[in-house]
Parts: sequence; C-alpha cells; structure tokens
Amino acid sequence: MPDKALIEVKDLKLHFPIMEGLIFQRRIGAVRAVDGISFSIRKGETLGLVGESGCGKSTTARAIAQLHKPTAGEVIFEGTDITNLTKNELLKVRQNLQMVFQDPYASLNPRMTVGNIISEPIEIYIKYGLLKVEKGEIDTRVDHLMERVGLSRYFKNRFPHEFSGGQRQRIGIARSLALNPKVILADEPVSALDVSIQAQILNLMKDLQEELGLTYLFIAHDLAVIEFISTRIAVMYLGKIVEIAPASKLYKNPLHPYTEALLSAAPVPDPQIEKTRKRIILSGDVPSPDKKRTNCYFYDRCPKRMAKCKDELPELTEVGNDHQVACFLHTA
Amino acid sequence: MNRDIILQVKGLKTYFGTDDGIVKAVDGVSFDVARGETLGIVGESGCGKSVTNLSIMRLIPTPPGKIAGGEVLYDGKDILKMKVDDVRKIRGNNISMIFQDPMTSLNPFLRISTQLMESFRLHQGMNKAEAMDHSIEMLKLVGIPSPEKRVRDYPHQFSGGMRQRVMIAMALSCRPDVLVADEPTTALDVTIQAQIMELMKDLSRQFNTATILITHDLGVVAGFCDFICVMYAGKMIEEAPNELLFKDPKHPYTIGLLNSVPRFDSEDRSRLFSIEGQPPNLINLPECCPFYPRCDRVMEICKTRYPVAKELENNRKVSCWLYK
Repeated sequence: MPDKALIEVKDLKLHFPIMEGLIFQRRIGAVRAVDGISFSIRKGETLGLVGESGCGKSTTARAIAQLHKPTAGEVIFEGTDITNLTKNELLKVRQNLQMVFQDPYASLNPRMTVGNIISEPIEIYIKYGLLKVEKGEIDTRVDHLMERVGLSRYFKNRFPHEFSGGQRQRIGIARSLALNPKVILADEPVSALDVSIQAQILNLMKDLQEELGLTYLFIAHDLAVIEFISTRIAVMYLGKIVEIAPASKLYKNPLHPYTEALLSAAPVPDPQIEKTRKRIILSGDVPSPDKKRTNCYFYDRCPKRMAKCKDELPELTEVGNDHQVACFLHTA
Repeated sequence: MNRDIILQVKGLKTYFGTDDGIVKAVDGVSFDVARGETLGIVGESGCGKSVTNLSIMRLIPTPPGKIAGGEVLYDGKDILKMKVDDVRKIRGNNISMIFQDPMTSLNPFLRISTQLMESFRLHQGMNKAEAMDHSIEMLKLVGIPSPEKRVRDYPHQFSGGMRQRVMIAMALSCRPDVLVADEPTTALDVTIQAQIMELMKDLSRQFNTATILITHDLGVVAGFCDFICVMYAGKMIEEAPNELLFKDPKHPYTIGLLNSVPRFDSEDRSRLFSIEGQPPNLINLPECCPFYPRCDRVMEICKTRYPVAKELENNRKVSCWLYK
C-alpha cells in the first residue's frame, strides 16, 4: 500500500466574510465553508470527497490549489507548506497541482481554439522561465495530449462550442495534463455529463492514473461514482469531514450516521434492492454554515443523537483499519 | 389486468424547424398511463423526454416547434385538437406538472400564497379565504413546518427541497388525474431527493394519480416506477415493466446504459462498460436505427431501416432488428 502522503491538509479553515453596509463595510459574520479539516492524500491514490451541495467540497479543492487563500491551517505539499508562498513560488508548485472543473461549458474560454486552450499552461510556464520547450515541441505535445484523451488532433483549430459536453471535459482533462502534474484536483468532473458519457470519462481518468502515476482528489456528490473511482473516501458535512475510510469498507460498514443516511438515500438501479431496503430519511435541510458551532455539526439532523452530542464536538479519530470517524457512537 | 387508462399518447411527433434543418425531437412516441400507475421515461439529455411531456400539455413554443402528428387522448378527448381555452382548463386542473428546477419555476416576486391560491381560484372557483385555507392545507400535506406562517413567504426564503415541496403542493392542489414530473429531483441532493421521492410516492397513492416521471437517473426509476420507457433520439426504443427491464434488458442501448452506471454495491471496480461515441445530432436524422453507430451488435440492416417496435411477452416492446 502506498503510504506516503503527497498532500497533507492540517486543520484547514476557509471562512468567507459576510459584509454589510455600502460605504462603511463591516463584517457581520462568516460563512464557514471549510471549518477545520485534516486529511492526507497518498501518492498514487484517489481520495474521493463526497457530500451534499454547500458542504465545502469544492472550497476544499480550491483551498488546496490556493485559489482561495485559507483562513487558517496548512496545506503541505511534498514537505512544504504552500499557504504562504509568494506568487512565483506558488506558480512552481501549481505545475504539479492542476484542476479539472465541473462545468465543461463555463471552464473553457469560448474565444480560444482547443489547441490554444491546451497549450496555454505550457506557454505561461515558458513565459515565466519555468519551462524550456521548443516552439515545435508544444504542437507535438498538444497533439499527443489530445490523442491521449480520445480527441482527434484535427480538432485542434476548433472552438469549444463545436464540442459536446463529454468532449469538452476531455479538453479540460488534456489541459490539466499539459504540465505533467503529479496531482489532479478534479472538482465534480462528471456531474454535468450523461451516464454513457460519464462512464467514458471515468474510464479515461482511471487509465490516465495508471499510465501516468497520477494522484487524484476526486470530488463528486454521486456516491456510486465516488465508490468506483476512489481508493479512499472522505465524507464531508457542513465544512467538516465526518468519516474517512477505504472505499470498499465505507460502503460495507459505514460508521457515521450521516454516511449511513447518505448511502441509504442513494438510489440503486435495481428494483429488487430498491423495494426491500430500508431508507433512513433525514428530516430537515442542511443548516446554514454561518454559525460557529461547538457541538456536533450533524446534531440537528442526526437520528442517533445522544445528550453528549449537544455539548461536545467529536474529533475525527482512527478506529482501526485505516478508518477514521468523528462520532461519539464510535469514539466514546 | 384491468387498467383504468387516463392518458394515452399515440404516435406523437414534435418537430422543431431550425436553419440547419428539421429537428425531430419526438418522433412517433406512444404510451399510456392508468390511474394509480407510475410510468418512467428514461433517457439521456436531448433524447426528447421533456419535449414529449411539454407536447402533452401543449406547452411547445410554436414556432419554432410544431406538433407534426399523433394524438394525446385524455379521458378519450384529443388534447392536440382542443381549443387553447379548453386546454387551459385541463392544465393544472386535470393534468399538472412539476418542473426540474425549483429555483426558477416559482415566481420570485410573488408570495407562495398567491402562487398556490391561483389554481384554487381559477379552477375551483373558490374565494380568497377558502383558497388560502386550502393552500395552507396543501403545504401541511407536503410537510412544510408551520404552514400558516410560511405561506406568506417568498420563494427565496425556502431551500431547494422546500421549494420542490411547494411545487408538489401546487401541482397536486386540484387533485389532478395525471401528474407529470420532469426531473423533479435532479437539482436536489441525495438525502433531499429521498425525501421528495417518498413524498411523491405517498401522495400519488393517496390521490390515485397517474404519474409520469421523467428522469435520466436509472436508480430513481428503479425505486419509483411500475413501467419504464427508454428513449433515444426521439424514439421509444424499449418499453417494459420495471423489474423485467432491469433483470433482462433487451435493447443494446438499454443494456449498455445499465452497465455503464457505477454501482456501489458491486465489488468489481476495474472498468466500467461504456457506450462509445456520442448521441446523434437530431437534425435530418436518416431513416435508420439512430443507435447503430454506437451499437456493439450492429448489423447491415440497422444502417438502412428503422426497426418497428416488436411486441414481446409480458407487455414488453423493443425496437431493434435483433428481435425480428
């Protein structure tokens, strides 16, 4: 088992301030999008991050890539904390830390040709003197990347609107691979795609990982997708990680009540299973993340809450077999 | 089996005229629903599921859209031949719809009460006070806490799941015979989706409503529907009772679709089956099987002629040359 942590996130927090007033702005609170999470991503693995909308999955990925500056905490990549780097140092780190975005319609510049979109990262790195590539080599590299992700290289001079959603996502993946990164942060890369296309992209990402030895942080809200692609899975709720476990274990033996509910709510395409299994229906909605909480974040909706949960916050604790959970039911 | 058929669609064709040619969004679709039944229409984006159901309600913008043929029989009368005023009396009263996006399908400028009361006053001739009482009752029915207060709120004061509940309350307010739900849970999270599907199941049973559920999520239809139609490129390619479709899919597209869904209860995580290629462009589609370029069991005949639906045992139908 590859045990070396490539990225280590320590007590990461990202709060977005809520401002009031037009001229004299003052801070009246904060949206606690990510509220103190710690985990590591091991070399060569896929860490799946799953949770409902607004739980802070995307913010986590963006905080790791330093697209938003974290409010507190550390992101350690290959031994160095990257939260306080200068712009140039960060550029160097980002060569190894690339993102694939959710919406293949919004994440490609409609005025650039596909060839330009894929070669742009290379050209930027040449401009800053971080990469030395011959002019002709860029072209061959783009051709190679396009063919690697399953696009014909003759599409190089076309514009994004000429492609379907699945093809655009392939362009996004090719762009993220342009600098030979070590880590890909994939923020819901298949959520906007149809089932048959989704399967193509998932297979492609799996193949690329094997071939290039990539490490993924893979975000999705679809549990089945996450289970398929991930080595380990982290479940997020309201800016906190409630459970981390190896993929197969999480599905067989979920420990946190939220994970249980999430799994039981996910529909399975099999009527026999659907008719017999019991659903845990959570009451209510996800509460607003703008409050400071001192008790368990899931307390309001938890079907198994105890007196203790109301006053204390359970920490994410190892319970054996590489399984971590933040719940008093299991950590006492 | 004695089915009380309430809505019957026969050979429906809806075409859109574009600069590049005619888009046959729906091309000869037939199905029926009986009271108390749920019918699922599954397919990928652009296959014509939503257009089918907008056509039933005569909500297709004309031009560019045009219903080019077919019949939609509600209670024996053809909706497509009715006067617009008569269709209005049916919409929201006898047949009502739940739309995909609860964020945009409520009017943000009007209170929930105004929007809910509208159908009571219009279709059932109630006065304001009666309509308000009924609105509150409907909100209570769909599980909105303290409905007396919430009824005066605006849509933005509700969360996504709550808005979808309001939409359901609105759709069911006149006790319709047919409820068309167009991707009702696609915009929602799984835990909220489970709440909403449970609610729809309860209420349609309670009111004995015929439900048409349109979705791309095979998991949702598996748990909800009695009968399933699979659409591809504007045509129904397979129709079967729920259990049978999942146990023994016939059409290569259905088989591929079922195999390409990752499942968390399966052990095998090596590779997903995937249907290669892209769904076809619907402009000037030739008279062949629309699926043949992606099909792994393609034959010569598939490239030249469209297979007519073949009836199999157990009320199943499939449109594929493999079953001739």
